[in-house]
Amino acid sequence: MKQLLLAALAVLLVCFSATAQETSIQPVLQEHQETILKSSRKTIGPAIDAIAASGLPQAQAVLEAWANKEMWSRESDGQFFKGEEAEDKQVRLIDFDTGDVVGAIAKSDLKQLKPNSGIRAMISTALVRFQLMDPDPAKRQDALTSIQRDPEASLLEPLRASFESETDPVLLAQKQRLERLLTIGYDTDTSARITAIDDMSGDLGVDLRATLNPLVATTRAVAPEAVPEGINVAKILSPGEDDFTEAQAYDMLVAKGLAPPRIPDDAIRNALADNISGGRVAGFPLAILDNDENRRAAYIRLAEEGLAPPFVTEEQIQASLGQHVFFDSYADRSPEVTEAAVAALRKIDTKVGLNQSLDLVLDALSLASIYFLAAIGLAITFGVMGVINMAHGEFIMMGAYTGYVVQQIIPDHTISIIVAIPLAFAVTFAAGVAMERLVIRWLYSRPLETLLATFGISIALQQLAKNIFGTQARPLTSPGWLDGALVMNDVVSISYIRIAIFVLALIFLGVFLFIMKRTRLGLETRAVTQNPRMAASMGINPGRVNMLTFGLGSGIAGVAGVAIGLYAKVTSELGSDYIVQSFMTVVVGGVGNIWGTLLGATMIGFLQKGIEWLNPSNTLAAQTYMIVFIIIFIQFRPRGIIALKGRAAGD
Amino acid sequence: MQRSFIAKNPSILIFLALLALFTLGVTVLSEGFGIGVISTSFVKTLGKTLCLCLIAVAMDLIWGFTGILSLGHFAFFGLGGYMIGMWLMYERTRMIVVDSLSQSEIPATQSEIVDAIGNQIFGVVGSSEFPLIWIFADSLFLQLLMVVLVPGLLALVFGWLAFRSRVTGVYLSILTQAMTLALALYLFQNDSGLRGNNGLSGLQNLPGVTASQDAVSMWFLWASAFALGAGYLLAAWVVSGKFGSVIKGIRDNEARVRFLGYSVEAYKLTVFTLTACIAAIAGALYYPQAGIINPAEIAPIASIYLAVWVAIGGRGRLYGAVIGAALVSLLSSWFTGGQAPDIPLGVYTIKWVDWWLVLLGLSFVLVTLFAPKGMGGLIDLWTDRRSPDRHGADLGPDAGALREQEAEQ
Repeated sequence: MKQLLLAALAVLLVCFSATAQETSIQPVLQEHQETILKSSRKTIGPAIDAIAASGLPQAQAVLEAWANKEMWSRESDGQFFKGEEAEDKQVRLIDFDTGDVVGAIAKSDLKQLKPNSGIRAMISTALVRFQLMDPDPAKRQDALTSIQRDPEASLLEPLRASFESETDPVLLAQKQRLERLLTIGYDTDTSARITAIDDMSGDLGVDLRATLNPLVATTRAVAPEAVPEGINVAKILSPGEDDFTEAQAYDMLVAKGLAPPRIPDDAIRNALADNISGGRVAGFPLAILDNDENRRAAYIRLAEEGLAPPFVTEEQIQASLGQHVFFDSYADRSPEVTEAAVAALRKIDTKVGLNQSLDLVLDALSLASIYFLAAIGLAITFGVMGVINMAHGEFIMMGAYTGYVVQQIIPDHTISIIVAIPLAFAVTFAAGVAMERLVIRWLYSRPLETLLATFGISIALQQLAKNIFGTQARPLTSPGWLDGALVMNDVVSISYIRIAIFVLALIFLGVFLFIMKRTRLGLETRAVTQNPRMAASMGINPGRVNMLTFGLGSGIAGVAGVAIGLYAKVTSELGSDYIVQSFMTVVVGGVGNIWGTLLGATMIGFLQKGIEWLNPSNTLAAQTYMIVFIIIFIQFRPRGIIALKGRAAGD
Repeated sequence: MQRSFIAKNPSILIFLALLALFTLGVTVLSEGFGIGVISTSFVKTLGKTLCLCLIAVAMDLIWGFTGILSLGHFAFFGLGGYMIGMWLMYERTRMIVVDSLSQSEIPATQSEIVDAIGNQIFGVVGSSEFPLIWIFADSLFLQLLMVVLVPGLLALVFGWLAFRSRVTGVYLSILTQAMTLALALYLFQNDSGLRGNNGLSGLQNLPGVTASQDAVSMWFLWASAFALGAGYLLAAWVVSGKFGSVIKGIRDNEARVRFLGYSVEAYKLTVFTLTACIAAIAGALYYPQAGIINPAEIAPIASIYLAVWVAIGGRGRLYGAVIGAALVSLLSSWFTGGQAPDIPLGVYTIKWVDWWLVLLGLSFVLVTLFAPKGMGGLIDLWTDRRSPDRHGADLGPDAGALREQEAEQ
């Protein structure tokens, strides 16, 4: 208010001087010569405002020069000039109005104006109004950013004034938005603020919430008997309700000095211990002081004797609580504004909630695609062939390490990923074929032994990886174009790498479907899986088909490893982190059906994110509940979401 | 006339005699009661190994004889350990707290004592309240009961759910693995009420016992040996009678046993719960010797190692499980303890600490491929008992059935 009055005063003064001499700024400066030379933060305000409000084109230059410590005052006549230091301790003076060099004068005849940081801040605030109308759009943008960072009531007017001259539509929109926000925060007119709040409600911007939140922030206070006048009360509280316990209420009273402090149990104990005389405290033998009742009785007697502060009984506490009123109050005095702000925030919260669920869905989707990627190789080896491969996780790990090694050789991240994907496929394909030939082939009729033998391979591979690459995590850096995130608004965003993994999962799904349904290998695989003997008598070589199918499943695991490695750190435990979830995905989805695996991954992903959302601090609990849920789910659909029927089901 | 089951299985007597001889030998050589050749820490290792042998017997009962490859039995083992650990920790902390509070002039109230114990135990996880699951922790008898009841109940509920919906084979294995993973993850949380990943510690100190660790370790060795003997006897008795025939039938062809009118689910559930209880007892004896228990102990990998021991030892025969567990766990601690000499190969030195797991994994593959009978098969060679050569013809109709090697038993 005071500032505004001063500003108005300054405007009046300037009007007079401006009419007297339209083109020169020197009179304005002269008028405030004393305050300018004194350079005190407390008194300088009118001078700055006068310069800024002079309406002269030179004002900006004057303020800039002043802030940059380039303004000098000639001691002989007190005139102000822009000065440039020249040789021989001389200063070249430049006239503000004409821009002509007046001449060089010795430093000793001049006084340099050195505004302190407080004054410089005031000057730059005054400068903002010029910058808002600066012909250079970058400067206007800077001005807007500085207002956003440091909003102030005095900036509201210049901001509004700068609308007309604004030519850039983007900047204009920004200015208008900022104007609304400043109006909400600082306008003196209550109805204008409410209109601004109504205009903006439903907007998701963090800046709006940052403007509104201080308006609805409450402070808790206590007053004797009734709420004092002139306070914008949010809520009257009654102790013992709505998360406001009687203990908290009483503590507030104690903190305000409105009630004597409660005597806690250990204070009683200490007081008793201090007053032991001859094995007794206040006449009570020590031995019976091993329960709270006797201790309290002894303490009350001590208090009666004046040896301890009086004991505060529960009745006294209740009485003093009853004598006071507890309330939450808003800092802003106007109830209409706070009401509008509360309503607007509620509206925003609903919208934010909706957007957060959208964000959650995206998160769940990307988690689901990671599980799907990890499980799709398993869907071939376990789902189609029925081979339990506990080393599947280690194939994922091998793929990730292949990617890491390739990146050591090829420094360009894009090329190295393009090379790493087929290479990882080749490496794990070979490993898978070797494993099938050497181990799994001999155990086809004994699934439990397959599980154990592949587990043996798994621990050996894991330890080998540890021996080769060490135990610390190795980075697999994604190419630069995968950095960053797709931002939809301040709530919803998704990183490009997650989108890439999602796309990769879809590609894998397509590849799998193509191979199984459209190629000779897929046909033979399905035949061999259903009935190896019959397939053999049709001229299919079951050994070869099994080998290739297993290799394919392992190869896909390797490629998945590269993708997962981009997303998580590469360690020797990378695979075992995913193995149980992968099996879960396949089992929940239904063995032998890729759509089932897709559904299983989706379900597990959504479930995990959903549980995490309910209990955000605790991902461990989320996993626990998820597994328990899956165990229960299997009760109802023992063969998974999509169960194979008829002959395809085997058995 | 019916012969007694011991007469039918002379191996039981041999086993018990060897166990007694072993216990006696360790006692004579120990620091606590003998000439001090075996250090106390090694006595503890041996005692722990006996407990692992006991859970291996349980595993053999459920896998080797009933054909259920459970990858979750270490969950029961760990739970047993947690149950006894709760009493040990509570009681010991209580004694310390009471002792320190009795120093003060004013006698402590009951609630002060409980608060102080809670602070001592749960301080590490930033709490001081006793969770509900500690309700029986002040009573040894009730907590000992919990050792059997809690894992037994978990096994009963889980088994009932799993067997009722006819989850079999590898699906059941994965499900049991998920169960132990879920339990481990749950216990890892700080607010699980069991001190999160800190676990329970200081379990080697028996409250109220002033004897040295030398003696205490021997007591536990005797108790472990006794439990192993009793567990072995129980398992042998279970598998030798009619019940044993049925569960072996379930292993070889579940459908056929069901069609014969047996309630397959009830049999499976009985064995599953029984073995869970045996595992829990083994755990309750193991962790006071280990001194500390934390959720990492019941991670799925532990249960898989259990299967490894039994497979290497030879499943389907109880002494095989014992041999496997003893041999592999002792070898494991020898290799990973850094006692095994390194092998210099000129350019590279094989450090067994790094390579032991590779060796174990590969030998495990080899055993599965070439010696499905495990080390127990060596005893067959010794007793000159050979499987009939059927030229590959099936003995059992089920693909997963143990065929030839079972023919004679």
